[in-house]
Amino acid sequence: MRLNQLSLKISQWFNTEAPLSDVVISSRIRLARNLAGHKFLCRCDDAEKQEILNILKETILSLDQLGDIFFIDISHGSDVERDLLVERQLISRNLAAGIGPRGAVIAGNELFTAQINEEDHLRLSTLAPGLNLDKCWQRINAIDDAVSRKVKYAFSSKYGFLTACPTNLGTGIRVSVMLHLPALKMTEQLKQLFESAKDMNLTVRGLFGEGTEAVGDFFQISNQVTLGICEEKTVEQFMSLIIPKIVEYERLARDKLLAKDTTILDDRISRALAVLKNAKLISSHEAMFLLSNLRMGINMGRIKEISIDTINELFLLTQPAHLQINKGRSLDAEQRDILRAETLRAKLN
Amino acid sequence: MQCELCKVKAATVHLTEIIDGRRTESHLCQACAQKEGISIKSQLSLNELLSSLIAAHEQTDEQGAAEAEKSCPVCGMTMDMFRKQAVLGCPNDYEVFGKTLEQLIEKAHDGNLMHKGKIPAGVSQEEVSNTNKKEELKKQLDRAVAAEDYELAAKLRDQLKTMQ
Repeated sequence: MRLNQLSLKISQWFNTEAPLSDVVISSRIRLARNLAGHKFLCRCDDAEKQEILNILKETILSLDQLGDIFFIDISHGSDVERDLLVERQLISRNLAAGIGPRGAVIAGNELFTAQINEEDHLRLSTLAPGLNLDKCWQRINAIDDAVSRKVKYAFSSKYGFLTACPTNLGTGIRVSVMLHLPALKMTEQLKQLFESAKDMNLTVRGLFGEGTEAVGDFFQISNQVTLGICEEKTVEQFMSLIIPKIVEYERLARDKLLAKDTTILDDRISRALAVLKNAKLISSHEAMFLLSNLRMGINMGRIKEISIDTINELFLLTQPAHLQINKGRSLDAEQRDILRAETLRAKLN
Repeated sequence: MQCELCKVKAATVHLTEIIDGRRTESHLCQACAQKEGISIKSQLSLNELLSSLIAAHEQTDEQGAAEAEKSCPVCGMTMDMFRKQAVLGCPNDYEVFGKTLEQLIEKAHDGNLMHKGKIPAGVSQEEVSNTNKKEELKKQLDRAVAAEDYELAAKLRDQLKTMQ
């Protein structure tokens, strides 16, 4: 595994020099695919899963357009190694917690992953910093074409790409955009956003938290409908309609805070900085919450001495698996809280 | 009942006309009806169409009921298992449990039932276009029947037959 190398650096999808990056953290497109002539995973025994893993691993590793890539055997890794990949958004919790032969092919720059034997046989993903779905789509479309020339996908002329869950049927595309929406949260406008998202058949999930509870005001917004609407149209809706609108609302809310509630805003940001610079013990949840406030403060020009890159880096470095892999041993919750506080103090003072 | 005109043959064509609010009924044999210029062809088609539609409807219900009892010959999946796991066992399940899944798919995908988008290498565009056309005709047929436009429904059904 090359996890030690990964765990020390910042993910490229966390880059700040990207379109709308004050609000949009990253863009991701995922395609769900299955091999023809094989059962879906819930009815496969380990031997069939292994066969699927071998076919897809070899196929993806043989593609010459992917550059620097490596394979990780998820079934044989340790829990902390799997968690590290989840924290870096390279694999899903579902793949980490799965059973039987499974793995992932990951690009060295972390902008491409192929998860094998997750819910479907193959889940290809491309990532980009900021709002950059066009690029994600071009790349994944080309990779998918190349794979489909080497293996036969399960496909029906009526339903398109056949997936284990009928909700992914058709294009199998999931377009997701990760957003930082602290001002909409502070001005209590999130409920409205969630309701209009639901009307538009979109899903909103909290990002770093479990389930829908968002920690640190990060949200992931994605499409639900995959049948009857082509990939380009789905992407276009996000690029020209959905995301620009949300960015506009978040920026308006930020301007409103700046104009009306500067003291409340500055108080919140200064408190966050004070705690992060001085704490001796800090939980992952609290760190995430305070880093989010700090990120807002930097993006709104209230803090000048700290860069967004530092904050983005800290979001990853303070996560449980990152702390343990960088320390080189497993740590209990209290030891992690101490090390997290140390890491924060070292980077922010 | 005897034919009102020839008074010999049995009346098989029963015509009800309402002119200026007055209702008249005629009962004719097929030969006399033709002589009178009453087209019985369309009536027969309509009856045929209706009975075929009812049969199709019954079949849907029967099919749905049958699917609930079935298990997939490829993967052994049943609808009961699917309801518990929310994932299917193999691509063939989409055929085996077609009717039951169709309702669910339509609901999940904003009323859509037909793929639009990429086609993988090795699948012909023509095959997908044909399926597309058939599904579109089926949809139009359902709408025509719902609107009781049986003439249009008959046309659409014939088009579908030709394609199949």
